Amino acid sequence: MEKRTDKNSYTLLFAIAMTVIVGTLLAFTAQVLKDKIDENRRIEKQQNILYAMGINENTGENDVVMIPTDKVGEAFNKYIVKQIVIQGDKITDNDKAYLIDLKTEQQLAKKADYKRRLPLFIGKKDGKTYYIVPVRGKGLWDAIWGYIALDKNMVVQGAFFDHKGETPGLGANMTQRYFIDDFIGEHLLDSSGNFKGITVLKGNNDPLNNDKTDNEVDALAGATITGNGISAMLKDELNGYVPYFKNLNKK
Amino acid sequence: MGLLSKKDAALIKDPLFDNNPITVQVLGICSALAITAKLEAAIVMAISVLFVLSLGNVIISLMRNIIPSKIRIIVQLVVAAALVIVVDLVLKAYAYNLSKTLSVFVGLIITNCIIMGRFEAFALANSPWKSFLDGIGNSLGYGVILIIVAFFRELLGTGALMGHQILGDPVKKTGLYALGYENNGFMLLAPMALIVLGIVIWVQRSKNPKLIEENK
Repeated sequence: MEKRTDKNSYTLLFAIAMTVIVGTLLAFTAQVLKDKIDENRRIEKQQNILYAMGINENTGENDVVMIPTDKVGEAFNKYIVKQIVIQGDKITDNDKAYLIDLKTEQQLAKKADYKRRLPLFIGKKDGKTYYIVPVRGKGLWDAIWGYIALDKNMVVQGAFFDHKGETPGLGANMTQRYFIDDFIGEHLLDSSGNFKGITVLKGNNDPLNNDKTDNEVDALAGATITGNGISAMLKDELNGYVPYFKNLNKK
Repeated sequence: MGLLSKKDAALIKDPLFDNNPITVQVLGICSALAITAKLEAAIVMAISVLFVLSLGNVIISLMRNIIPSKIRIIVQLVVAAALVIVVDLVLKAYAYNLSKTLSVFVGLIITNCIIMGRFEAFALANSPWKSFLDGIGNSLGYGVILIIVAFFRELLGTGALMGHQILGDPVKKTGLYALGYENNGFMLLAPMALIVLGIVIWVQRSKNPKLIEENK
């Protein structure tokens, strides 16, 4: 005899009911947790921006320890003195600039008539001014992004990188101190003041990165595509800020 | 185990040793290769699988009499996928840093053959309590192998464990590196995971004669 659960009508009803129940459940969970998740992302952005300008809780020389989540809001207000958005020749103050989604901007910028909004965060610490630029690009598997703190001559003062899905142990090491610290002091302009970016390069005979003006840092072993992605990201993203820095020095 | 009857205890113990899902049943190899380059990721993966498999087993077992047999694989997939999404969302909300480590591997949990295998082979035919124990046992058996493989891969590949350099500094040549030791970068690539796994299976079989098939 055919079992009750073998009937087509039963199967169909079961499938519909299951879809509705599971769908509702997941939508509900996502909705309930959405605010909390967005808040986590916002805090993380603030932490990363502060990290790039050297405000962190690192103790050992391999640490990447962000400022704790309960202190980050206060610190962000204290150290980030100004946030601006550069759009073509127009520069506007915007204290929500750090929430601008770079991915959306990059996609919008593909349209010819859209001038991309470029956020820039100006931080002050111990009398020194940092210009922190968010960057976003492609690694081997997925998105990579970061924050680069510059001085007014476009010399890197600090960097932070992160990634969505680079290979663990290889490309994922782009978040490690021995890599991100190599960027500190590195010049983005060449000796005659033209924008050159920073190339992540294997075998540049400078593994300890003693030469800061060569526009090169030593690459990660086994992560060529990730390294190329970082080079391209820095070149493409920072290029848009060059006029701003040129203006800054004229004043 | 005083709490459990002998039969119930066997549900946990068997998959840990004599019937290990990875080394004996050769299930879940894909994720064992993909995520064992770092110990931390392996541990997170083991915990996530523990949660998804034990809870999923219970859910499937509770529904075993009402699941239409024609679409049972789809039902199993939906249960596994829903649980994984819930885990991911909860981690993102309450353990954000951990979720960043895990997020890459979420897809892999759904495709893990062990999960579908246990749903299909055990939970569909057994009571919720038994299924729960079976889920715990199998995910522990899976996790143990994952952690063993990751231990050797991370240690020999990068000289680190859980991200801490324990053999000295490879760049500044301190510790073991001062004596001329070098990291074996090959350990970080998938082929070496397979070889390490093979060695684990070899050791286990030579210790446990029950597992050796007779050559006819």
